[in-house]
Amino acid sequence: MTLAARKLGVTGRSLVIGIPFAWLLLFFVVPFVIVLKISFATQIIGIPPYTDLMDWSGGGWWPTFNIDTYNYEFLLSDSLYTVAYLTSLKIAVVSTFLCLLVAYPMAYGIARTSPRYRNIFLLLIILPFWTSFLLRVYSWMGILKYNGLLNNFLIWTGIISDPLPMLHNDFSVYLGIVYSYLPFMLLPLYANLERMDKSLLEAAADLGASKTRAFFTVTVPLSIPGVIAGSLLVFIPAVGEFVIPSLLGGTSTLMIGRVLWDEFFQNTAWPVASAVAIVMLLILVVPIMVFQRFQMRED
Amino acid sequence: MTKGNSLFVKIMMLLGFVFLYAPVLLLMLYSFNESKLVTVWAGFSTKWYAALLRDEQILDAAWLSLKIAAINSTIAIVIGTLAAITLVRFGKFLGRTMMTWMIAAPLVMPDVILGLSLLLLFVSMSAVIGFPEGRGMLTIIIAHVTFSAAYVSVIVQARLSSLDRSYEEAAIDLGAGPVTVFRTVTLPLIMPSVIAGWLLSFIMSFDDLVIASFVSGPSSSTLPMVIFSKVRLGLNPEINALATIVISLVSVGVAVAGIVLARQAAKANNPGGMGAAFAQAAD
Repeated sequence: MTLAARKLGVTGRSLVIGIPFAWLLLFFVVPFVIVLKISFATQIIGIPPYTDLMDWSGGGWWPTFNIDTYNYEFLLSDSLYTVAYLTSLKIAVVSTFLCLLVAYPMAYGIARTSPRYRNIFLLLIILPFWTSFLLRVYSWMGILKYNGLLNNFLIWTGIISDPLPMLHNDFSVYLGIVYSYLPFMLLPLYANLERMDKSLLEAAADLGASKTRAFFTVTVPLSIPGVIAGSLLVFIPAVGEFVIPSLLGGTSTLMIGRVLWDEFFQNTAWPVASAVAIVMLLILVVPIMVFQRFQMRED
Repeated sequence: MTKGNSLFVKIMMLLGFVFLYAPVLLLMLYSFNESKLVTVWAGFSTKWYAALLRDEQILDAAWLSLKIAAINSTIAIVIGTLAAITLVRFGKFLGRTMMTWMIAAPLVMPDVILGLSLLLLFVSMSAVIGFPEGRGMLTIIIAHVTFSAAYVSVIVQARLSSLDRSYEEAAIDLGAGPVTVFRTVTLPLIMPSVIAGWLLSFIMSFDDLVIASFVSGPSSSTLPMVIFSKVRLGLNPEINALATIVISLVSVGVAVAGIVLARQAAKANNPGGMGAAFAQAAD
């Protein structure tokens, strides 16, 4: 604790801690408890469209519990959900890997550029991070559609003679995720590669290692923390992605974020949507905890 | 300019930047297309911009989104900065691990989960304590502050932990109280990151579709909600015009803010500025 913090006294300190703590507790942690609760409720037609978990109508000190595991049994019994979870995981893993393949050489190149140009490149990778996600995903619709810009261009050059189906399938979803999340992979990778001690590479060269060998035995192992941080920043949100599969995906691209959305908005099945969310959280809890470790280490 | 890089790396950088920028630039180009068939060029025209300015639904939604974003970022920098001070300056305290977790998790939590959970909270709260009454602007702001504050906190933490503490200690030695120290020493030093946090919160809020859709009421449609309802039916030349305006304004704003903040940081002998703050934020 710093001197200023100590001088603040107990009341002052509790106030500074209390405001953000209370906000996040009430609006981030408590909502999960409620989702958990509602995932065990029974679906009814009414407002709200689920039963209360605890029934106090019997009187006495203790309520009767109406715990209903039906929603989870339902998720297991209907293969749609299992397929959607597996598809989402597959799409997230593959797109994270593709993102890494595109981002690594870029981040490496930028980190080794002279400082003058480095800031310009850095601004160029930060800018998309700030511009509208929704509009950036939308911009691919005109490029990929059947009579869209890319097909027209390929036909004009004579590479293909008939338009290729590039929109509303798995290909466009992969492309959309790699495109949208690329800055999330680039920034931590760049930060890691830029900090790397260059003298280690000189030492490797002095000891007779070729450039390629030095890259694979020195640079790559040292960049692993950046790779992990970037991959988690892409992988975790990609699993629950909604906008990309609904704008670029086809009817067969079943991702769990979209399933949750439809359960909620089209079927008004709040308890099922809650169970879908809880299972998604269980899948993501390990990656989120690893990510959180990385954040802690930063402090 | 990239002397140390091999040809392969240079080509990858070039392709990467083309990949990042070509779709948006093409979208902007085709927003000036005469034809209603968005992807067939039929001559230069600004008619979709004129149509946009007459579209009451879009204008109302844009105004609502701007209000929400401004209020959201203003609350978020207060909560986020307090959280950052707590985590960087307060050492060990009860609930520290919990706090770190509550700051890190919203950064990666899928939007559908955040949106659903906050909606269910608001429904339960209004059933039990009668607040919030109905859903709309207020509930969207609360939801947005929750994730924005986490982003602000990460950006400010990066700056705070790189600050030289001797400035603060000197102020205390000279008899300043902790509030004075914060106001006259710490806050001016972390100001670039607080401004960056405000801007990022503004953009994130202005851009959010999923969370707002869950927690908004029937009468409050934000700009992304209106855009989404239009583009899920297919290409829309008006949206191309809107996208061109939004993306240009944001790009100019970010570039100007980036340069100003980088200059300030350079003056404070702290190279990297906002760029470094973001690299750290995402790290």
